[in-house]
Amino acid sequence: MSLVIRGVKPYGEDPVDLLIEDGVITEIGAGLKGDEVIDADGLVALPGFVDLHTHLREPGREDTETIETGSRAAALGGYTAVFAMANTDPVADNAVIVEHVWRRGREVGLVDVHPIGAVTVGLKGEKLAELGTMAKSQANVRIFSDDGLCVADPLIMRRALEYTKALGAVIAQHAEEPRLTVGAQAHEGETAARLGLAGWPAVAEESIVARDCLLAFHAGARLHVCHVSTQGTADVLRWAKGRGTQVSAEVTPHHLLLDDSRLTSYDPVNKVNPPLRTATDAAALRAALADGTIDVVATDHAPHAHQDKDCEWSAARPGMLGLQTALPIVVATMVEPGLLDWRGVARVMSERPAEIAGLPDHGRPIAVGEPANLTLVDPNGRWTVHGADLASIAANTPYEGMELPGTVVVTLLRGEVTARDGKAAR
Amino acid sequence: MKHLLSTDGLDPATALAILDTADSLKKTLLGREVRKLPTLRGRTVITMFYENSTRTRASFEIAGKWMSADVVNVSAAGSSVGKGESLRDTALTLAAAGADCVIVRHPASGAAHRLAGWLADVGTSVVNAGDGTHEHPTQALLDAATLRDRLGSVDGKRVAIVGDVLHSRVARSNVHLLTALGAQVVLVAPPTLLPVGVADWVPGLEVSHDVDAELPTLDAVMMLRVQAERMHGGFFPSAKEYSIAYGLSEARARMLPGHAVVLHPGPMLRGMEIAAAVADSPRSAITEQVANGVHVRMAVLYHLLAGEEEGS
Repeated sequence: MSLVIRGVKPYGEDPVDLLIEDGVITEIGAGLKGDEVIDADGLVALPGFVDLHTHLREPGREDTETIETGSRAAALGGYTAVFAMANTDPVADNAVIVEHVWRRGREVGLVDVHPIGAVTVGLKGEKLAELGTMAKSQANVRIFSDDGLCVADPLIMRRALEYTKALGAVIAQHAEEPRLTVGAQAHEGETAARLGLAGWPAVAEESIVARDCLLAFHAGARLHVCHVSTQGTADVLRWAKGRGTQVSAEVTPHHLLLDDSRLTSYDPVNKVNPPLRTATDAAALRAALADGTIDVVATDHAPHAHQDKDCEWSAARPGMLGLQTALPIVVATMVEPGLLDWRGVARVMSERPAEIAGLPDHGRPIAVGEPANLTLVDPNGRWTVHGADLASIAANTPYEGMELPGTVVVTLLRGEVTARDGKAAR
Repeated sequence: MKHLLSTDGLDPATALAILDTADSLKKTLLGREVRKLPTLRGRTVITMFYENSTRTRASFEIAGKWMSADVVNVSAAGSSVGKGESLRDTALTLAAAGADCVIVRHPASGAAHRLAGWLADVGTSVVNAGDGTHEHPTQALLDAATLRDRLGSVDGKRVAIVGDVLHSRVARSNVHLLTALGAQVVLVAPPTLLPVGVADWVPGLEVSHDVDAELPTLDAVMMLRVQAERMHGGFFPSAKEYSIAYGLSEARARMLPGHAVVLHPGPMLRGMEIAAAVADSPRSAITEQVANGVHVRMAVLYHLLAGEEEGS
């Protein structure tokens, strides 16, 4: 069984035909023939996207998302691998849960689902979870995170950084100094002050990132910073990288596009943690992603039930859907303004995330002999977002009614079509 | 006017119309034996209070009753709210039961805005009676009414708001309303009790940490209550130090110009932010504020519920 992708433009460059056999790209040329043909005239081929930060909610909140529905959303968003955060119920702080997540991902088969293990037992920040056991389990855990909560105790964080060195793993930190964010509801700034929402100051993120960079440098360990949201954090990262710290960082699509001016409606669809910052921060994040200070785009896809968003602001849960809207927002914020070309998109959405996570088969070049994990994008496509139409069970998208540029037309996982023309393969 | 959610964005003409209505209601009721007007007969007003309140709730209830509206009080304790019903469901239920107006006090900032959104299809009016640390618009209106009584007008007057601005919905509402009505507002507080970016709220807003420097320049000073939980939150070292630095003592009150008015939204902590002798002095307008509260709230209900009859 062979597949030809006809007339596609790898990284937006010259059009070619790709021949795919047994999940591998076996030939690149013109006029290639195969059992099946996908006419990709005008489409851009990119290596399949890798999301280092997603919440699939299984086990525990299957009313908002399951590994199956989340996998569909991922495939439709152009992803071939996703990392599922550990803050499930029960928490993914042991081999049983991470193996369950990994196995369900394989059964669904639309995207490679890699569980992230908790750093501490029950995300409580007090005692290291059995990181080694999770790393050596079938799930082969390579990222650990207490995401949603910060590993705030500097000694626990130091030990976690040191301990994971032996596992070839990385700690992904949700940087939020808890003493500076008691009751926090929104970015501490003029908007929150006017609206009477308790402030989540930028320094609560920046101080933890600075501390963790120093700890990682001291320990000779790797650190990954989740969802960078402030200009100050970008500055700290630039400094830390400059002195040789092994630190990588991600930014979410919503922090690239949105800012806290949206909060005046008090609609909690805009509530997220870390919060939407100022337009100045968003601009600084776009620049930091363009210059490599921030390595990757990660969605922080966070499904929430209707009743957990259709309420007063302070009662609402933080988080927003992101898998299916990530690429369009990267196109709108980075490609269209000329901050990134398609090679750059491949770097921040596929190559670097795969490298950070140590995934050997993702984020590979589009070349003969490489696995056919591919995303075909129509750069001229436009679509209007409707939460109800997204593949997730939950519908909490902040982009409702927004027209976005760039559509994912086909996603291929090891040569198999997982999504095409807005429909998941299963 | 469909709702009264905030004074931020309330246009001065509407605010003045409410104040004028409050004035004429006050004059109409003056000296009457039966203080009851038929204006809102057949209208149903529901108060939903999710926070403890004595004066605001009583004030709204009296306002409704003096206008002959049917006033129903729903409190969070003892209703289905205590059983975990969402704010949205409670509001829709009350609207379906025939409420023409819902008056809400809620600990969440923005709760009244959310209610107005949920009730948009039903047509029920919403009055914000205090939402979290956001706004308390009728308090600002009654303060403005009191300043008009005492000083003739708000326009051109210099008013200081002293105390916990950070957590105060009264301060927010007053900043917007008094500025819109032409007053020069100066906020006086320690830096820990001032919101970030406060100086940019409205053009010309002043911020100071020195109450003594401001007092001789003022036409009015509004003292904010200092809540007990702030004293333990590290916002300032001690109640004593706060009182010494920001409390309106008798000595400080003597620094005010002779005509200057002292306001307090209540409840007062006598001896803390305000000396008892100052609160009870002739320059204190604190009891007038309470009286004006009823008239202003009558005026608000009138503009919301009888508005179409006057063609506005």
